[in-house]
Amino acid sequence: MGDEALETTTATRPAVDFAAVEQTEQFKTLKRRHRGFVLPVTAAALVWYLAYVVLAGWAHDFMATPVWGSVNVGIILGLAQVVTTFAITMIYVGYANRKLDPVAEEIRGELEAEGVR
Amino acid sequence: MPATTVGEPWLNIAIFGVFVLITMVIVFRASRNNRTATDYYAAGRSFTGPQNGSAIAGDYLSAASFLGICGAIALNGYDGFLYSIGFLVAWLVALLLVAELLRNTGRFTMADVLSFRLRQRPVRIAAAITTLVVCFFYLLAQMAGAGGLVALLLGITDKGGQAIVIAVVGALMILYVLVGGMKGTTWVQIIKATLLIIGAGVMTIWVLAMFGFNFSGLLDGAVATSGDPAILAPGLQYGSNPIDFLSLGLALILGTAALPHVLMRFYTVPTAKEARRSVVWAIWLIGIFYVFTLVLGYGAAAIVGPEAIASAPGAANSAAPLLAFALGGSALLGIISAVAFATILAVVAGLTITAAASFSHDIYASVVKRGEPRPGQEVKVARWTVVVIGIVAILGGIVANGQNVAFLVALAFAVAASANLPTIIYSLFWKRFNTSGAMWSMIGGLASSVILIVFSPAVSGGATSMIQGVDFHWFALANPGIVSIPLAFLLGWVGTYFSRRPEDPQKAAEMDVRSLTGVGAEKAVRH
Repeated sequence: MGDEALETTTATRPAVDFAAVEQTEQFKTLKRRHRGFVLPVTAAALVWYLAYVVLAGWAHDFMATPVWGSVNVGIILGLAQVVTTFAITMIYVGYANRKLDPVAEEIRGELEAEGVR
Repeated sequence: MPATTVGEPWLNIAIFGVFVLITMVIVFRASRNNRTATDYYAAGRSFTGPQNGSAIAGDYLSAASFLGICGAIALNGYDGFLYSIGFLVAWLVALLLVAELLRNTGRFTMADVLSFRLRQRPVRIAAAITTLVVCFFYLLAQMAGAGGLVALLLGITDKGGQAIVIAVVGALMILYVLVGGMKGTTWVQIIKATLLIIGAGVMTIWVLAMFGFNFSGLLDGAVATSGDPAILAPGLQYGSNPIDFLSLGLALILGTAALPHVLMRFYTVPTAKEARRSVVWAIWLIGIFYVFTLVLGYGAAAIVGPEAIASAPGAANSAAPLLAFALGGSALLGIISAVAFATILAVVAGLTITAAASFSHDIYASVVKRGEPRPGQEVKVARWTVVVIGIVAILGGIVANGQNVAFLVALAFAVAASANLPTIIYSLFWKRFNTSGAMWSMIGGLASSVILIVFSPAVSGGATSMIQGVDFHWFALANPGIVSIPLAFLLGWVGTYFSRRPEDPQKAAEMDVRSLTGVGAEKAVRH
């Protein structure tokens, strides 16, 4: 790989019509699957987190309600945020491995066979 | 035992010395192949996902996380725990929206991605400036933390002595980064993350064992020692101003995916898939660590007691070291303090190489030399920048010595979320986005967040303000996030619609295809 010059589109690259690639069914599927997952899931995670922050900021008494010994609703909701973060992470990895990577690899293979770097 | 220190300062220094020695050897061995810019900035893209994930955890679990959050929970109870949750959940934004797309489109810096389909020069300059400002705030926080730690651990209480130690920490960091580049820095972070998580894990089990593995019993102990049942519920720190807390929460969750030193770590792996694996590892390590801090914070409240912590030389930042001393005496204190020092060292090294890469790659090579620097010159400039940034960090650390670490870091998050995140998201997900929108958003986000911080109670007019004795604040919140982040998103949108200058649609299509498929993304360098 080149030393350190800023790589812009140089003449060494074959002229690939990326706009045409963008219009292929294959790529549209990849883009739809990617956005269809990451955008709603991120939005849901943000809403769930903000709901937690709002409860912690304005509903002190509710958060202080004891549930198990001295463990209260607030601590359980906080740990629930940790659990949902782990869960979303693993669900996304599974989804990406099954639904995104194979399509991306296929498109990448075709383009790199055409000489795109 | 003298009142100003606990444990044996010589033991703390000896354990820290051993850490420095071992990491130095590793850094020198790792540095043999530091020839090209890819080697120096991106470690030849040769790290695996798990290695990079550990390094991300090492980069992210800063002194603010370990010392700051343990102290915040010990003193303010539940409100300290809220920091942990924000710092962790924020990784979902990085995982889902940023990491892989960024790895596929850039080479070394955040600006590589932002300027991909926009006009190079203005966007690169703006992105480099926001990178440098965020790194500077974060560096200040870490260096300020070093001073307080020294006071407690080495028994050095006068400001002059602390300044010398800050200078030594800074000099060590310069050496690591100069010699080791990204590869050396990454190894230091991996070692530090391992030590930190094992250390915190051992202490967590130890604390739980003292309460018969009954978490509820631990909470009762914390209430009994502190005499205040309110530490178990939110409101102790932010009860009077929940909007400020919401503002902080926004900055935390949206800041992580826009921190330049975190983003740069994604370039050290060979593929987007490895970038994803690194984030997954990082999320597990960071999440588990933050659960530990919950136990350690309440453990410190129960075993050491908030009053003893607040009156110790490092105040809140001393909760974790004092807990270590109460549990395992001088030996455990020495180990935990060495880990805390290592933490500061590793994070400072990561910030420094990011700032140096941004200056040398974005400003020097791309803008000044228009993308054609003489061979070897870019890395040379990067190394000089490391020295300059190191000296600035030492001086800034000496001035900021004693400031609240977690708070300074939260400001860095707010600036990153305002100045960087809107442009990152827009350029990856919104095709119509253009140069004008990027400039409005970056400059507007940076200016509004910094101006609101300057005129906030954090700087003047409050009980714990940076500048005491004057009051020029007119903005009511300590954290600007709730205003400056939406404003920056809005400015990016408005700026885009006000510009008549269209961008190259072919470049937009190219970025779209490359970001999702990873075609042509640089692989690992073989030596």
